Amino acid sequence: MSEFDHNGSGHDASRRKALGCLAAWTGAAVLWNVTGGVPRALGMTSDGTLQSAPANSLTFVQISDTHLGFNKQANPDVVGSLRRAIADINALPQRPAFVVHTGDISHLSRAEQFGQAREIFKEIHVDRMHTVPGEHDAIDDGVNGYLKFFDTDGHGRAWYSYNQGGVHFIGLNNVQNFKMGTMAALGDEQLEWLKTDLANVSHSTPIVVFAHIPMWTIWAPWGWGTSDSDIALALLRPFGSVTVLNGHIHQVMQKVEGHVALHTAASLAYPLPTPGQAGFGEPSPMTVAPGELGKLLGTRQVSVVRGQQRLALIDTPLDH
Amino acid sequence: MKKTMTLPNIRRYGMSCMTACLWLLSATFSVQASTPTQGVDISKMAFRPGDMTVKPGTKVTWTNRDQIPHTVTSKDKGGVLTSQGLDTGDSYSYTFTQPGDYVYFCTVHPFMIGVVHVRK
Repeated sequence: MSEFDHNGSGHDASRRKALGCLAAWTGAAVLWNVTGGVPRALGMTSDGTLQSAPANSLTFVQISDTHLGFNKQANPDVVGSLRRAIADINALPQRPAFVVHTGDISHLSRAEQFGQAREIFKEIHVDRMHTVPGEHDAIDDGVNGYLKFFDTDGHGRAWYSYNQGGVHFIGLNNVQNFKMGTMAALGDEQLEWLKTDLANVSHSTPIVVFAHIPMWTIWAPWGWGTSDSDIALALLRPFGSVTVLNGHIHQVMQKVEGHVALHTAASLAYPLPTPGQAGFGEPSPMTVAPGELGKLLGTRQVSVVRGQQRLALIDTPLDH
Repeated sequence: MKKTMTLPNIRRYGMSCMTACLWLLSATFSVQASTPTQGVDISKMAFRPGDMTVKPGTKVTWTNRDQIPHTVTSKDKGGVLTSQGLDTGDSYSYTFTQPGDYVYFCTVHPFMIGVVHVRK
């Protein structure tokens, strides 16, 4: 039994507080404090400064959905947006342990787009970059084109795990098993690997999972979910603190299931409509009014405080 | 009084009709001198038309009108439709020679589904 099982009564209160704060979110950065996998909002920045991470913590940054190669009306300058994010990351008071990109690095899986991304990522002042593929990175030849540039962790596979700062990190590929008329899947081979991987991890170890498509069903008609994520979440459920970081839907959303907190991140390319949004029959890039785009794109800083098993999430829009 | 058509008459009428049809067919081919074509627009996350019927020998061309990439991919592995990722304005063509029902989808958006019925 994990220590978090004793805190059951506090979870609902924290969750209500978190949801209440979420409702009040207006685009400024929000500091999320995650205890036992349950997010709790600590406060917002209103003066435009970047929130610093809690002291004595492992901090990393999540970026997502850069779509390098996209140049249409919704954002003619995705490289410029990425560079603004990099400037923010390089200006953080505490240098992050690593940056993770949760997929759709490229727009069309083209070698020149992956190559451009790899070159620009070198401008980030960080020791290590982790990535997981998005479906835009797996268009023509599965993830093979992606792996030629970003096989840093999986040694020929697009899924992997590693331990850092007392946390077990897992990168998953849920963009390879596309079948007509269904949501994407992790697939049996990867689920078997996940089961074996988790067998060696103690249940008190905080777990952070990276995957491109949300690991819960947000809006099935648009494919915003992973068809076999229930099997993966069942494997993760015994652990005391599980945080799942996704991309794909180009907006910040979260869901909490017991000790498992799932978060999607903002894009660095263009906004998408909210799930099932009236007037949008399909999840196509949204062109917003001039001056609005930078409020809808952004980065996320994540901190794990040692000994307290807390994760703090700070979502910061490019305009701040 | 209605005239009843005798057997030789039917045969003669039928023969002349078939001759005319053959003549028309050959005229069509000699004038066009190329395969018939049909277009499918990919727009607002859908194949338009998503359901079409063509004759064998028809060349169908899909053109992506969306801001995001799509593919034209046969439902079953090893199927005949195997486009690369199509950027805005890109096209993909396939000439159907065998009758049948060709179901396809977009691998980037698996809920986008289309079918081409090839009928003689």
